[in-house]
Amino acid sequence: MGAPFLSVRNLTKHFAPTAFSRGPVVRALDDISFDIARGQVVGLVGESGSGKTTIGRSVLRLIEPTSGEIRFDGVDITKLSAGPLARQRRKMQYIFQDPFASLSPRMTIGQILTEGLDIQGIGSRRERRAKAEKALAAVELPADAYDRYAHEFSGGQRQRIGIARALTLEPEFIVADEPVSALDVSIQAQIINLLRDLQVRLGLTMLFISHDLAVVEYICDTVIVLYLGRIMEVAPAAALYARPQHPYTRALLSAIPSLDPLARQGRQVLKGDIPSPANPPTGCVFRTRCPVALDACAGIVPPLRATTSDGHLQACIRDDIA
Amino acid sequence: MDAPILSISGLRAVFRIAGRDIAAVQDVDLVIGSGETVALVGESGSGKSVTSLSIIGLLPKKVGRIAEGSIALRRRDGTVTELTGLDPESLRKVRGDDIGMVFQEPMTSLNPVYSIGEQIAEPIRIHLGRSHRDAATDAVRLLAQVGIPDPDRRARQYPHELSGGMRQRATIAMALSCDPTLLIADEPTTALDVTIQAQILDLLAALQAQRGMGILFVTHNLGVVAEIADRVAVMYAGRIVESGPVSEVFTHPRHPYTAGLMRSVPRLGQATTLKAAGTPLPTIAGNVPSLALLPKGCSFAPRCALAVDACRTAVPPLFAATSTQQSRCLRWEDL
Repeated sequence: MGAPFLSVRNLTKHFAPTAFSRGPVVRALDDISFDIARGQVVGLVGESGSGKTTIGRSVLRLIEPTSGEIRFDGVDITKLSAGPLARQRRKMQYIFQDPFASLSPRMTIGQILTEGLDIQGIGSRRERRAKAEKALAAVELPADAYDRYAHEFSGGQRQRIGIARALTLEPEFIVADEPVSALDVSIQAQIINLLRDLQVRLGLTMLFISHDLAVVEYICDTVIVLYLGRIMEVAPAAALYARPQHPYTRALLSAIPSLDPLARQGRQVLKGDIPSPANPPTGCVFRTRCPVALDACAGIVPPLRATTSDGHLQACIRDDIA
Repeated sequence: MDAPILSISGLRAVFRIAGRDIAAVQDVDLVIGSGETVALVGESGSGKSVTSLSIIGLLPKKVGRIAEGSIALRRRDGTVTELTGLDPESLRKVRGDDIGMVFQEPMTSLNPVYSIGEQIAEPIRIHLGRSHRDAATDAVRLLAQVGIPDPDRRARQYPHELSGGMRQRATIAMALSCDPTLLIADEPTTALDVTIQAQILDLLAALQAQRGMGILFVTHNLGVVAEIADRVAVMYAGRIVESGPVSEVFTHPRHPYTAGLMRSVPRLGQATTLKAAGTPLPTIAGNVPSLALLPKGCSFAPRCALAVDACRTAVPPLFAATSTQQSRCLRWEDL
């Protein structure tokens, strides 16, 4: 398997108050480590404030991590200066959640698709157009979309444009940040199928961010469950859904409403709110809502560790309930 | 049985766009009994929110209006009031006395410059004529009822000091302040995290059991429908295409759109099996049509695998598939 394609080590991001804001330091991410092998899709799942988008932006260095290492294809991008970083970024692209906010209403689709190529100084005008049209074809949009504007397209079509924009630079790595959350359910599955198809065909490595465990199952090889800036559980997708180990993952799966009206009973409802990342609980951050927390959970930050041999890791001290 | 709380028939709501009336909702019939939760489910542009806004007379002014149909509400005193054609002042009175509303985004219903307690107390003073002091006490009691810990302190706080889930609880308290007979909840859990959504659904079910109000629950989420509703009406392109008890519609959908929607919802534990088999996720091909350019006949026909020529000539009526389940599909028997 060799060295991982993306390797994140001890990534921490604290947002300090600025001249315009008051209050305590917000601990968005604390000591996050994970790897993605080439051609793999890793899902990052968590609720509001879990830090999933902060991770997604950090690995492209769209925000500066407070500490930690992000190795992309062997290079620690946290230490790169602007020029080499821009060259690395050519291989990395981002797909955004909101297909309405992320496409400029004043640019044609052609301008949107070729902007990255322009900035990177790739190809002649004609070559850039050819690349854009190829990307449009890859996302199953007609070539005449090139001269049209974003408002002429539906939400699902716009998200296809967002994907095409990420493809024009022929990246090796894509961060897809909630790419289907804003879409209707009948369109969601279309986009997930498209992303899966492109990922296989182009051999892409992907970090797929979602708040919904049900959405990531199909596309991800491995799923990371986050809560309040820390990793609770990491597992191969099949194992995570079949045998969730961490109490938070179990609660999250249980909270997803089932389509079976007869399954209403037996749902486990977590009490209370997600604590503020500005004032996270001591020890295990989940303990304040955990149905099986012990006094000891307040004392130590449980390390992420393997309890089985299939690559399944979890950060809970209660082996007795697993 | 009592007369229903809400009875809508033949509702047609139109928007005036570029000098032309575009029907956002048409042929909508809907009945909600007391103590009953009816879900209106559909995707963007299906008309589910326009239906709920029509009931409370909050269609966008100048552009939107009810063109046809009747909306009858049974009020607390047992009289039935026709809401269409009411003058704004009478409608305001009916809304305040008998209808509670909860919307998707709690911050759009809450005023950032008034405390939570003041905002809940205001309708109690205006519609129930209670004193400032009594209304303030009622507000704290309501906050406790919707599961807000430390309600005395929370009543004095401002919306920004509350979490998203707490804010939604506060808007529910506000909606319940005048003890409505009908609660309209329009995507009340869509902006919330899934663990908080579960809490709010439990809360609504518990409040309904206590108070016996009818609930119209508007959502795009079929899982939420299964969780909370007694009956469901599925909307597509402005029309109800299928309706019936949730237990029947979800176990045996009689409209190809409902069936396609049910298949499109990812089910936990199934996707890995599909992926291992190299099978794509089930989808509904194509896109929702624009309301301004609806196809002739059944609006779903262009995306429907079962469509035949007859589907493209006239809009199908609602067929009674069972004594309780209706489908707007010529081929409902083939499903």
